[in-house]
This record gives sequence, C-alpha cells and structure tokens, in this order.
Amino acid sequence: MFAFIISRLLQAIPVLLVVGFISYAMFAFVGDPVSIMLGQDFTEAQRVQLVHQLGLDQPFFVQYAHYMWATLHGEFGISYRLARPVSDLILERLPATIELALTAAVLALLIGVPMGVYTGIRRNGVLARAFMIFSLVGVSLPTFLIGILLILVFAVVLGWLPSFGRGDVVHFSHWSTGFLTISGLRSLVLPAITLGMFQMTLIMRLVRSEMMEVLRSDYVKFARARGLSERVINFGHALKNTLVPVITIVGLQIGGLLGFSIVTETVFQWPGMGLLLVQSIGVADIPVMSAYLMLIALVFVGINLIVDLLYYAVDPRLRVDRRALTGAR
Amino acid sequence: MSEAASPRPGALARAWDSDFLYSFRHSPVALIAALVLLAVVAGAVFSHWLAPHDPFDLASLSLLDSFKPPVFWGADADWAYPLGTDDQGRDLLSGIMYGTRISLLVGVLAIGFALTVGITVGLVAGYMGGAVDSLLMRMADVQLTFPAILIALLVDGVVRAVLPRAFHDKVELYVLVFAIGIARWPQFARTVRGSTLVERGREYVMAARVIGLTSSKIMVSHILPNVLGPVLVIATLNLGLAILDEATLSFLGVGLPPTQPSLGTLIRIGNDFLFSGEWWVTIFPGITLAVLVLSINLLGDWLRDALNPRLR
Repeated sequence: MFAFIISRLLQAIPVLLVVGFISYAMFAFVGDPVSIMLGQDFTEAQRVQLVHQLGLDQPFFVQYAHYMWATLHGEFGISYRLARPVSDLILERLPATIELALTAAVLALLIGVPMGVYTGIRRNGVLARAFMIFSLVGVSLPTFLIGILLILVFAVVLGWLPSFGRGDVVHFSHWSTGFLTISGLRSLVLPAITLGMFQMTLIMRLVRSEMMEVLRSDYVKFARARGLSERVINFGHALKNTLVPVITIVGLQIGGLLGFSIVTETVFQWPGMGLLLVQSIGVADIPVMSAYLMLIALVFVGINLIVDLLYYAVDPRLRVDRRALTGAR
Repeated sequence: MSEAASPRPGALARAWDSDFLYSFRHSPVALIAALVLLAVVAGAVFSHWLAPHDPFDLASLSLLDSFKPPVFWGADADWAYPLGTDDQGRDLLSGIMYGTRISLLVGVLAIGFALTVGITVGLVAGYMGGAVDSLLMRMADVQLTFPAILIALLVDGVVRAVLPRAFHDKVELYVLVFAIGIARWPQFARTVRGSTLVERGREYVMAARVIGLTSSKIMVSHILPNVLGPVLVIATLNLGLAILDEATLSFLGVGLPPTQPSLGTLIRIGNDFLFSGEWWVTIFPGITLAVLVLSINLLGDWLRDALNPRLR
C-alpha cells in the first residue's frame, strides 16, 4: 500500500512540472509585463531596474525555478486587467465555484442514482423509457443551452428564481457562503441543475447498466430462490454492488464539473473562478490564465490520486483496467 | 437468396442487400436521424441558394424589421421572415442556415485535424514502440486528464494573446479549428496505437519489412488501411462533441466574431434579448444546434453497433 502511494506521488510530480513549464512559458513569452507595468513615461534606468527586480535578466531555467518556487508559495503574480495579486482574486472566487460544483455533484447523485435504479428494474416501463429519452436529450444539449432554457422558463416566464449572481452571502474570514441565506439558496438552484445535468444523466445510465448486469448474476438468482423480497434484493444486494464504479466515476467527474463550471458561471454570471478565467482570456490576462492552469492541474492530479487510492482500497481487481471505466467527454 | 438461382444482381442491388445497409434500413432511429441530418446539412451547405435572405447584405437590412416575431407568434409577424428577425432586422432562418454552415465547417475541419495528428502519433508510437511510444502516450495521458473544452479554451486564449487583434479576427476560424483539434487528438492516437500494436506482429508487415520497404512506407500504405475502421467510428461520435465545443467557445465570447456568426455566436447574441421577451433570437439557433448534434450522435451510435460484429 505504502509503496503504491509513493509510486503514484512520484508519477504526479513530472505532470505538475510539465504543466508548470507550459504555464511559465505562457507567462514569459506571451505579452510584455515590463512595458505594461511601466506605462508611458520611463527612463532606460527605470526599465533596467524593473527588469532586474522581476528577475527577467536571469537565465530561462533560473526564472522557471523562481516561478515554480513562487507558485509553491501561492504567489502567481499580478493580474494585468485588475492590477491586483492573482492569488487574492482566486481566493475570493474559490468558495463560489466550490459551492456550486459540490451542490451540482450532490444533486446529480441524489437524482441520478434513483433514476438509474428505477430504469434498471422496470426496463420496459413507460416512466423508464421517458427517463431514457430525457437522458439522451441531456447528453446532446450543450451546458449553456440548458442554462438558457432554464432561465427562460423559471426566471423570465414564471419569475420564480433569480437568473444571475450569487444572491446575499455570509462571510467567514476568507470564506463566503451562499448556503445560509434564502436569496443565496434561491440563486444556487438553476446553476446547480445546469451544471449537474450531464453528470446526472451519466450516473443514471451507468447505474442502469450496472443494475441490469447485477440482476442477471447468480447470487441475485439465489437470493430470489431463498424467497427474499424484491426490495431486499434490489437495494440490499444489487444496488450495493453497483456503487463501486459509480463512486469512482463521480470522483473523476468532479474534475469535469470544475471544467464545465466555466460555461455555467458565464451563463449565470456566477462570480467564481470560471467567470474570472473567461474574462481574463477575453483580454489576454496571462498571469490569471497561467495560475488557473496550475491550480486546475493540481486539482486534477489530486483527484486522480484519490481515485486511484480508492480503487486500491475498494477492489484491487479494478486497478488493472481503469481507463475502460473512465467516461470521456 | 441463392446466387445460382437468380440472375446476378447489379452492384447497387448487392450493396442494398449488404449487412450494413440491411441494418440501416431496419433501424428507424438511424433512418430518421439520417434524414434530419441530411436536411440540416443540405440547408447549411446550399444556404447561398436556399436561404430567403442574405444576412451579410447590409443594404437589405432595415431597422424597421427588427424583432419581428416568428409567424405563429403574434400579429406583428411577417411571412417574409418565417422564424422572425433579430435586433438588426436580419432574417433568423437565413442566419441559422449560414451559421450552421460555419459550425459544421469548424467541426469537420477540427476533427480532420485531430484525426491527422492522432493517426500520425498513434502509428508512430505503435510501430516504433520503446521510448518514443512511452513519451507520446504519456503526453496523451496527461492531456486526457483535462476536459477537452478547458484545453481548447486555454489554447484559444494563448493564440489570442500572441496574435494582433485585427489579424486575429480574420483567422479566428482556423484558430478555433486548431484549438478544438488539439484538444481532441489523444483519443484517436490511443485507438490507432492499440490496433497498430496488433497489426505490427502480422505476417504481411513482416513480409513488407523483408522486401526492404521503409518504415514510413509500411506505416502509411500497409498498416494504416487496416487500422482506419475503428478510429473513423470514434471520429463520427467526436464530430458532435467538436461542434458543441465550437458553439461553447463562441458562446463564451472567445470564438467567432459577430461578423462571421456560427450557431454559438447567434445564441450568445440572442441571449442578451432573453429578458425583453424576444426569446426566438436565441431559442431557434439553440434548437438547431441540439437537433444537429443529437442526429449526429444517434447515427454514430448506430454506426458503432452496426460495425461491431459481436453485437449481431
């Protein structure tokens, strides 16, 4: 077990170094921070001094090492657009994105698993067929279109829910939460459904096919022969055995949630990291872009590590063929 | 049908009777999806002749015609504009037909680019093996951990920062093709590498090597035709995703400019009018996009099943 963890950690380091190199190369070769920071009036001496201060007169690999060292300490430079430290900007917006992604994941699980169980058991029922058609539409509709449709129906026509922003938030030192106010919770509904829709249909289809597989197996037949009730068989025996792949997929998909939160946050003007990234790309704000890249790489490497460890803990057989389980989008 | 009893059927009739088309004729889902796709693609490809108006002809636009509703919605409607008009008085139906053409163009070119890169990398990695193989596949693995849309977004952002603004607007279509294609090559590379590894050990490859053909000759004219099947099926399924990628980027405002509107750009423009009641400006391009991608996905699913003999 220990050796396994160490080897996974060692594999993660080159990935982070490469991503760090790419984001540093972006930082170094795209745009000219010196002319941006100096403005219109400057003397040659000022320019040379600033170049020296920023360490730009040093060899490339020394600069790269400095950059990685600063990154390790959470310093990502200063945003060209907002003229504030990137780390502050990200810290401000991190809670909004995390709360949105978590709510979407919980929603996808709470709705997707029961729908999958139902369609797996009553394969030919009318309701089950309706669920399947719904899931096909859910996969084919792009995230932003789902958001627009929800806004049209629930915010414009019915006027039940707000269509943008986070509502009122409560601050705890660095963390701001929308969970504790009515308007915060109301604002969360539409974005969370939008973001969770794809995950929900994915989980539903996965649980359905696993359920159908398990219900054919010998131990379910024996359970039937022993005269156990359908309820005990379906939930005690079958569902329990479908949960291993579901947990791992959900884990891996949290990364996907963060990626797609960019789109959801733009549709709903949700003040999170995704919106920050889109606004930065529009004006080529390189420090924010490279910091986002570094952070997201860290998150993905961390999630992959945890999922690998889960495999190890839950079922050693699964370790062999992880790729086959990973839903790609 | 026995060959001896009946007269030898023509090539067309034989093709009609083949397993492949038999399964097509007997799958209502595939038939309907193909018809819908054909209609959408035809409308897009021939938009210059079929569209009732030219949305880029500024002389024909009149602000008096702006925000006409669709014909079934309200008395103000005008049959000259069946799906209504946008804020500039542009005919929405024509805009959608021209926009679908751009969306399809970007999607097809991006998948073509991703296929070219993926097949090249897959062939080289599978045939060469060793350190080249591990390096290339490691790169693919790293990239596969990130969602494609994120990579396309960052690539597009960097190119945007490097190129001067005016020049960038002119080449944005190719920038999008590059960004989306780069984001989707690893899947193709992995598939091709897998089949290349199998083919490499076959006797015909050995024979080709013995008669002294170069590695590149063997890869391109001997192995490639035998590994192309599965990767083309994946390409079909990825075409829908690539079109969605383009629409998403354009919707986020980092894709095609309003002078060159794709479906995603049209949806973004219309999104601003959602609250003032002009829902049709955004909903109709959205429905077109969904129908297009849904029919491509259904056809891709059918193709995958039809070409997989184990499922028969």
